[in-house]
Amino acid sequence: MKETGLARKVLMPYPVLQANRLVKKFKHTVAVNSASFTVYEGEILGLLGPNGAGKTTLMALLLDLLTPTSGTVSIFGMELRKNREKILNQVNFSSTYIAMPLSLTVRENMVFFAMLYHVPDYEKRIGELLALCEIDHLTNCLTRELSTGQLSRLNLAKAMLNRPKILFLDEPTASLDPEMAQKVRDLLKNLRDTLRCTVIYTSHNMLEIEQISDRIIFLNRGEIIADGTPRQVMELYQKRNLEEVFLKVARGPGIQ
Amino acid sequence: MKIYRVMAVVYRHLSLYKRSLTRLMEIIYWPVLDLMVWGFVTLYLQKFQGGLPPFIAFFLGALILWDIFFRAQQGISISFLEEVWSRNLLNLFVSPLTPLEFIAGTLVISLIKVVATFLVTMTLAYIFYSFNVFSLGFPLFLFLLNLILMGWSIGIMTTGAILRFGQEAEVMAWGLAFLFQPVSAVFYPVAVLPPVLQKIAWWIPSSHVFEGMREVINQGGFPAKELIWAFGLNGLYILGAGFFFSWMLREVKEKGLLLKSGE
Ligand SMILES: Nc1ncnc2c1ncn2[C@@H]1O[C@H](COP(=O)(O)OP(=O)(O)OP(=O)(O)O)[C@@H](O)[C@H]1O
Ligand SMILES: [Mg+2]
Repeated sequence: MKETGLARKVLMPYPVLQANRLVKKFKHTVAVNSASFTVYEGEILGLLGPNGAGKTTLMALLLDLLTPTSGTVSIFGMELRKNREKILNQVNFSSTYIAMPLSLTVRENMVFFAMLYHVPDYEKRIGELLALCEIDHLTNCLTRELSTGQLSRLNLAKAMLNRPKILFLDEPTASLDPEMAQKVRDLLKNLRDTLRCTVIYTSHNMLEIEQISDRIIFLNRGEIIADGTPRQVMELYQKRNLEEVFLKVARGPGIQ
Repeated sequence: MKIYRVMAVVYRHLSLYKRSLTRLMEIIYWPVLDLMVWGFVTLYLQKFQGGLPPFIAFFLGALILWDIFFRAQQGISISFLEEVWSRNLLNLFVSPLTPLEFIAGTLVISLIKVVATFLVTMTLAYIFYSFNVFSLGFPLFLFLLNLILMGWSIGIMTTGAILRFGQEAEVMAWGLAFLFQPVSAVFYPVAVLPPVLQKIAWWIPSSHVFEGMREVINQGGFPAKELIWAFGLNGLYILGAGFFFSWMLREVKEKGLLLKSGE
């Protein structure tokens, strides 16, 4: 798995996203401090780090939901803030902490977003995606009737509507049961392998990150403290798994 | 500006109204109640004051027009609030939808609401009080246009404030329009206001509309001067609202408030 990911990178290292010395300062915190990295096509990139490390902030910077204090983001070779519309048409985002209009049916919500992204032949696409996320039996239910996990799946289905080239996911598996979480992981791998979709996601599930990430970026207090394949990061900290790396980092300054 | 994205916004909001009786009621309920109360008050007053200007036309005309302004403003700010309530803002902001397209969509919604309200109040005023608002003639359309423009500018400002200050600013969606009511000289001429308020009224587009309306009722003709002022001021209002909104949007993206939903 990881070997093929690497091989792909060596063969065709097409950079889809570049972050250049991104800094975001809030009143009391430096949430992201001089983050620079490049993400390649077809890569699954896991962002990890303790609560408050800056993962969500970083993702928001990459989506222009947040204006950086300094630094730039370019996606598909275009500067994000100057080509917002063009870029956002080709990426998508889903997160456990956003909802959708609850008084609309599942179908109506999907139609709305399909119209927004100008998805061709959208009825068919919606059918496929709802089936893929296993909520097709809820098509005509009001969105307020969905359980938390079903809502996450709807969010995920929405995020795939426009066949994004980059999929941003903030804790996509947080509210899913183990079986569904596994299905989502398989789905992400499948998207990468068949459509060369790039996935940038956050998670607190270390095993999951180890399992599906081609590469991880480890954040702590806004700093990137490690960037590489899961194996490289484990080696850097001389640990057997990411869980142990995480604990070592989270517990204190005695890194290295 | 992509029309299909504007239509998406319209679709989303119409779907909401399709199923929600309370939301539909809001378009009819208040205007009808207002119309009844004021209609009967004017009928009563007319018994005593036979010699004074035509009360019915003054009051009911004013009421119908005021409601247009209020609905136009609400159409925008309530549509935006719906997105806040449903925590849907992030979905919109990560999509290619531009703020202008979103606002254009809500303008369409507000126009639909305005037309619905206007049809209801106009018909009832005619049936109950035999008041035909079209007796105002062609200027009526220019009055309506100006009130809608002013409603939109206030609506856009309210939206910016809600975006920036969250649901604390929600009261503005309901209350801000009424702040303009006393100085809009809706039910009385500007001349009855104390001098300071007269000066303020002069800067409010709607006061020119209502002055113009009374001019038409009293003397007929075309209130060119009032309409020119109304259009001019509305141009400034819309411009100001646009600037205010983009300023608020910049602040929000600076402070990371989009990620903090609800309150
Ligand atoms: N809008 C904001 N205003 C002020 N400070 C903020 C804002 N958003 C985030 N922060 C601060 O920035 C830091 C990073 O927060 P962020 O939400 O990015 O962390 P995270 O890594 O996503 O954490 P979690 O694992 O808990 O989701 C935190 O210290 C947080 O308090
Ligand atoms: Mg987070």
